[in-house]
Amino acid sequence: MSIPTIIVEQLNKNFGHSRVLEDVSFEITPGEIVALIGPSGSGKSTLMRHLVGLTCCNRDRGGRVSLLGREIQASGRLRRASRGQRCRVGYIFQQFNLVNRLSVLTNVLIGQLGRMPRARALLGRFSDEERQRALQCLARVGLEGMAYQRANTLSGGQQQRVAIARVLMQDADVILADEPIASLDPRSAREVMEILERIHAEDGRTVVITLHQVDIARRYCHRAIALKDGRLYFDGKTSELTDARLKTLYENAGLDELRAGSQPDLPSPLREPSYTQAQAPAPAQVAHT
Amino acid sequence: MTTQTQLSGISLPPKRSWTTLALWGLGLAVLAWSWQGVEMRPGLLVTNADNMATLAGDFFPPAFGNLGHYIEQMLVTIQIAIWGTLLAILVAIPASLLCSENLVPWWVYQPVRRLMDATRAINELVFAMLFVVAVGLGPFAGTLALFIHTTGVLAKLFSEAVEAAEAGPMEGIRVTGAGRIEEIVFGLIPQVLPLWISVSLYRFESNIRSATVLGMVGGGGIGVALWETMRGFQYAETATIMLVIIIAVTALDMASQFVRKRFI
Repeated sequence: MSIPTIIVEQLNKNFGHSRVLEDVSFEITPGEIVALIGPSGSGKSTLMRHLVGLTCCNRDRGGRVSLLGREIQASGRLRRASRGQRCRVGYIFQQFNLVNRLSVLTNVLIGQLGRMPRARALLGRFSDEERQRALQCLARVGLEGMAYQRANTLSGGQQQRVAIARVLMQDADVILADEPIASLDPRSAREVMEILERIHAEDGRTVVITLHQVDIARRYCHRAIALKDGRLYFDGKTSELTDARLKTLYENAGLDELRAGSQPDLPSPLREPSYTQAQAPAPAQVAHT
Repeated sequence: MTTQTQLSGISLPPKRSWTTLALWGLGLAVLAWSWQGVEMRPGLLVTNADNMATLAGDFFPPAFGNLGHYIEQMLVTIQIAIWGTLLAILVAIPASLLCSENLVPWWVYQPVRRLMDATRAINELVFAMLFVVAVGLGPFAGTLALFIHTTGVLAKLFSEAVEAAEAGPMEGIRVTGAGRIEEIVFGLIPQVLPLWISVSLYRFESNIRSATVLGMVGGGGIGVALWETMRGFQYAETATIMLVIIIAVTALDMASQFVRKRFI
């Protein structure tokens, strides 16, 4: 039995008075491809940001996140880590977060910064081998012909593929993709999902993708973790995501948005049934190693 | 009829409220008060028209005998502006990062900001007079004066650009495992660079204009000649100097426009 790649324990997060995550715990084993699903506002992106330490959990309830055997944060405090350790996790954003005014190739080479000697990294003096490797990464996402264009001249789908190439350049063991296809058209979305699936299959990387299209989660991912109102609602095989479960997952999503300002953890007669139903049938965690 | 009834439900804000009127009154009061303060007497322009005509006449025709000297002094003036601005840019870059809320904690940016406020509050002429005492008469004192004052101005403008920069690209670099400084160099600087260049060029232009008067207090450059000819009532010479300044400033403004367009 291998050590889990991602361990999340008792994560709680408040933004002001509204609770975004409540006692979220799960583990992901090496080489899994997992979809994180749930209605908008359910805390998916916040959870993802916790995994890389872009956001810290509440300090009072003792939450803990560790990745690849290294503690990222505990009780709301970030653990310091060397660049070498941090670059083993790659992150893909909904808004791509490329540096617009730099060339596509430089954006990919940025994935190498954490592995380079400090002085060379600061001056941006990339070696020929590094450039060569960046071009290969671009070739894997089908963009080798655009290496010397400015990043902002590319379409959304292309920019997201550059972001994936950056993660490839990083040679990250874990790839976290936060709504990677939410701002893309269907065709670009399919391309991006296929590339992610290929990286998972060919390189054996652990991949976690937040999605709000359940059919895509079903098609590309073996396992799904669903959040509802910041709580873990489902964790199991995507094949077990029955229509009935999905219906409860997404039911009164619109209603919740209306009540977003109110205290979310007050007992509500409207939401009671969904939880009781959720707790009972949610299957134990399934490992895919 | 139906639209009428529907509209009656929505209360439109009154067209002009009492606060608006009060603000207008206050604004006019400030204008009247300042008119008193500056002893505005437009009548003098008419009654003293003869004096002014005589004075204006003294400027013509401009005397071009010392043109070579004036051009030389104008070049010194430009050199003062070049080094004053360049040194300011070099110091303003780190200083601006240290006054940016999104990069450093408050106990760093507050003191640095106050320091920059201080350098900005004092006019470059005052700094020039101080530096003349320290390093003696001449262009070096003028350069240092421009440098100190411009550092304060640029640090503020640079840091405003930094605070307006998008956090996304920087986060994108942070999560690759790169360090904080790489994050700034690759994620932030490319975003703010066009604005930084534009602001620096603008400050260079305005520093040339400032440098033309630094000589009046001993800071070197064409201001020395300007001051001497005016005090000696050699207005024909003054006219030549003014022409040299106008041509040089216009030419450099155009040059900096050109550079700006190329970069942005």
